[in-house]
Amino acid sequence: MLSVEALEVAYGGIPALNGVALGVDRGEIVALLGNNGAGKTTTLKTISGLLRPLRGAIVLEGESLVGAPAHRIVLKGIAHVPEGRRIFNRLTVRENLMMGAYPRHDAAAIAGDLDRVLTLFPRLEERIGQVAGTLSGGEQQMLAIGRALMLSPRLLLLDEPSMGLAPVLVEQIFETIVDINRQGTTILLVEQNAAMALAIAHRGYVLETGTVVLAGTAAELSDNADVRRAYLGE
Amino acid sequence: MDFQLLVDIFPQVLLDGLILGFMYALIALGYTMVYGVLEFINFAHSEIFIVGAFAGVEILLGLKGAGWLDGLPWPLVLLLLLLAGMAVSGLLAVTVERIAYRPLRSAPRLIPLISAIGVSFFLQDLIRLVESIWRNAFNLVYPTLDALNLRFELTETIDVSVKSIVVIVAALGMLWVLHLLVNRTKIGTAIRAVAEDQAAASLMGIDVNRIISLTFFIGGVMGGAAGVLFGVQYGLINPYSGFIPGLKAFTAAVLGGIGNIPGAMLGGIVLGLLEAFAASYLSLLTGGAFGAEYKDIFAFSVLILILIFRPKGLLGEIVRERA
Repeated sequence: MLSVEALEVAYGGIPALNGVALGVDRGEIVALLGNNGAGKTTTLKTISGLLRPLRGAIVLEGESLVGAPAHRIVLKGIAHVPEGRRIFNRLTVRENLMMGAYPRHDAAAIAGDLDRVLTLFPRLEERIGQVAGTLSGGEQQMLAIGRALMLSPRLLLLDEPSMGLAPVLVEQIFETIVDINRQGTTILLVEQNAAMALAIAHRGYVLETGTVVLAGTAAELSDNADVRRAYLGE
Repeated sequence: MDFQLLVDIFPQVLLDGLILGFMYALIALGYTMVYGVLEFINFAHSEIFIVGAFAGVEILLGLKGAGWLDGLPWPLVLLLLLLAGMAVSGLLAVTVERIAYRPLRSAPRLIPLISAIGVSFFLQDLIRLVESIWRNAFNLVYPTLDALNLRFELTETIDVSVKSIVVIVAALGMLWVLHLLVNRTKIGTAIRAVAEDQAAASLMGIDVNRIISLTFFIGGVMGGAAGVLFGVQYGLINPYSGFIPGLKAFTAAVLGGIGNIPGAMLGGIVLGLLEAFAASYLSLLTGGAFGAEYKDIFAFSVLILILIFRPKGLLGEIVRERA
């Protein structure tokens, strides 16, 4: 579905990605693991058009995405939940969700997706008229994911959904991610919490200093000695 | 001190203050909306405002020259003026952003500010040049519409002109429409989303550049309408007469909390009232020691005081940093 090849990205001359290659098949959850600064967030930002690559290819179902601005890539059906959630604090929960459906004009289908999101996250329904800045961290993460789902995306990019959340909330969010995937959305997940990520992913890639050093199924990665030592805390 | 006189003139002063205040409010919106989206002070906005006044006077002089001015009903003429002023100022604001600000979007903050000051001077002298060639004069007088100068005497000391009512009604109408647009429509929500987080907005599929252009357009439209109302109310305009009202409207925007739309409205009205009351009451209350010419000193002193105690402005919020 999505294939990334030989992706090179730099911030003001300093290289961040040195030829990242990865693929995501329809219906999968693919985890992108690695330490801080390995290039996980940069990879997602480049796929969604927030960053422009120096070289390399990003192809979604046969269509190249390189060079397109972020607001056009959204139209291809890629929704990106950025690091740090980036919800609109001064907008209400409902307005945030409706912004997620901004490029769509099918009112009936949008209403259906709103119902679906509110069923997935009942907390958001309770807070629907509230200004988003007043939500708790967990609720804000739910809102960020719900907002992305309002696009009815083919591919969902999730950047650190567990960041700053209590363990019980992390578990809840990950269960929801599995639900979303079962309902037919393909997911590319960036996560510091490698154990959680590998528990729900089908496949994974390990990034180090801007290159993929390891790839495999979730089970293979969980059994790999290097992965266990470096990312699973053994 | 004649206490009765102070009471008698009160409604008149209130009315004058409101007229001035609504005018400041309309102009202040242009500053505050652009600041809200780009955190940038568009110093050319005072000229975008006065260009609206010039568009209006040109229509009026054109109608007068063609001999149609007395034949047309005055509300139609007024509507025509407003639409012309709004269109010209709105398009000018968009053009200025495209040419003078957008290429500098990623430059250090001081750079677009300098560019804005340059545009401000450029527009002043451009208006002067064009009007000098076209009319051989750049101090222009709004032809009077007789119906607008009708005055109703409410009491012996208070009267209201049709003009004043028109200015207030038009300004209120525009503020109301803007409120609906920003708070009740999808595009308005997108403007607020872009104001808060441009990158996140682009991830929603919002074309940030289009929203920024739209913001300049709306600010210009409001400024242009204010320009026409300014011309109709005060009569005499020249290419430089946008500067002081522009500066005051900017102050009003800061007073209300820059970036905050209801704040700009409130700040404008508060500043207008302060000025009108200072102009009428200072001399009466101080036995002539301080005349009406001290109105700006008084108004701005109050302003400084307010900002000392509320540095974010009357309605400015202290926005919590994102976690």
